[in-house]
Amino acid sequence: MMRDDLIEIAYLVAAFCFILGLRWLSSPRTARKGNLVAAVGMLIAIVATLVDGRVVGYTWIAIAAFVGGSIGALVARRVQMTAMPQLVALLNGLGGGAAALIAVSEYHVAGAAGEERLGAVLAVSVMFSAIVGSISFAGSLVAFGKLQELLPGRPITWPAQKLLNGLGAVVVLGLAAYASFNINDPLLWLAAVLALLLGVSAVLPIGGADMPVVIAFLNACTGLAAAATGFALGNSLLIIAGVLVGASGTLLTQLMSKAMNRSVANVLFGAFGGGGGSSSGVSASGEALPVLEISASDLAAQLVYARRVMIVPGYGLAVAQAQHPVRELADLLIERGVSVAFAIHPVAGRMPGHMNVLLAEADVPYDQLLEMEEANPDFPQTDIVLVIGANDVVNPAARDDENSPLYGMPILEVDNAENVIVFKRSMASGFAGVENMLFHDPKTRMLFGDARKSLTQLVQDVQAV
Amino acid sequence: MSLITELVILVLAAWVGIEVISKVPQMLHTPLMSGTNAIHGVVIVGAILVLGAAAGGTVETICGIVAVAFGAANVVGGFVVTDRMLQMFRRRPEPPKENQG
Repeated sequence: MMRDDLIEIAYLVAAFCFILGLRWLSSPRTARKGNLVAAVGMLIAIVATLVDGRVVGYTWIAIAAFVGGSIGALVARRVQMTAMPQLVALLNGLGGGAAALIAVSEYHVAGAAGEERLGAVLAVSVMFSAIVGSISFAGSLVAFGKLQELLPGRPITWPAQKLLNGLGAVVVLGLAAYASFNINDPLLWLAAVLALLLGVSAVLPIGGADMPVVIAFLNACTGLAAAATGFALGNSLLIIAGVLVGASGTLLTQLMSKAMNRSVANVLFGAFGGGGGSSSGVSASGEALPVLEISASDLAAQLVYARRVMIVPGYGLAVAQAQHPVRELADLLIERGVSVAFAIHPVAGRMPGHMNVLLAEADVPYDQLLEMEEANPDFPQTDIVLVIGANDVVNPAARDDENSPLYGMPILEVDNAENVIVFKRSMASGFAGVENMLFHDPKTRMLFGDARKSLTQLVQDVQAV
Repeated sequence: MSLITELVILVLAAWVGIEVISKVPQMLHTPLMSGTNAIHGVVIVGAILVLGAAAGGTVETICGIVAVAFGAANVVGGFVVTDRMLQMFRRRPEPPKENQG
């Protein structure tokens, strides 16, 4: 079969392109080229599939691909960089949904061919992609809803939640096993619908702060569901690409939960965040703790005479749309001979690496962006740290206070620097709802107000010094 | 393809995936996620096989149409948005400092 061999070779080339594309993502210099190579690989794979002898009708394929592709392109061009987590969640859900639908269809085809039960490989792969694909689809949509603030970001819980979810999982698995031995479409549909509900009820109780982990986890799920469809269809490319994504999602999930010092299980089942914080700026004796303020003009004078300034951006910076003024400030200080860098915590932003993208969008050169491991040894030599819109990731309680819910989370140790300036709207607690003693540290000064306004003022004051 | 061959592919792909992806710096983790997102859009290949071979069956046709549309949105959206992000990553234009990536 000449044509089939050529298709297999095309799939091999496509797989090679995917791997090369990911390899080139290891440096910002080659990353864009890498993405292009992966896209070319995808094009090769799709063309090869279209000439497959089994594909006979093209009308519906053309229509569906055109509609889907146009919507995808439109949304991808329009989306704001701050909304990137939502988009990734949404696209992830679509992939999971597609995998589940393929499984449902394969099951139907087997039944229509007069089979009464699925072979072992087909059974496992079809059931896996139907269930995991459905969970990923529904879970991603809930994550999208939370991130887009269509749903409340706080954990939504109800009585016996874990028990019900556990029971649901058992029922779905039992149904899937039964359906494998007795092919009957409604059985699988029911299993898929239950899996959808499971996806919803699994993600609803997860707090907004944990969404980065959830998205990475669901990314891995969709990848594995795609790989399972590869087994069902006997398609090597689906297996390779699906597993690549599964590996990536798994690594990111581990990395994110490590950065929050929580186990993956704790994130997925812990219903953490929002409302956990008990004390609020009050000492053990019940008195309000002191908070020292600084004005923009005083800060400007200090900054100009500093040798090294480190900026710690948090998601609050992006919410205030303050990326551009902060870049202006950095440029001005660099012009004056101050050494400036940005220290980025792995969970700054709403998804892994989000803050880097937001700063890159504001034209901050990537060689000014330091990872946590690079930044921490630098703080003792740093004259001034500007903490802008970040809270939990600089909370020393994560290092010092065993009773804190944050305890053990790796933080940016800004309190090792000479001076700490915290830009904050008010004294409200952070995303995790935990009090931050850094704000009451004698070397800390607060600059209250909207981060964008404060930074714009600061830029003017620095220019005036 | 035999099951053993498929399992060999699975294990090797997982290994390559872990090796390659663990070298991606944190700075690029968002593009990594959206890029791998686009790559799992490869399910469109499966969706095309389902829909293209659907001999008029209602279930296959409906599932196939939706799956192809989902897959296409996933692929196109993923690659386009990743490209948009990556084109923003620039080095400092003036005096070249050492690269910390």
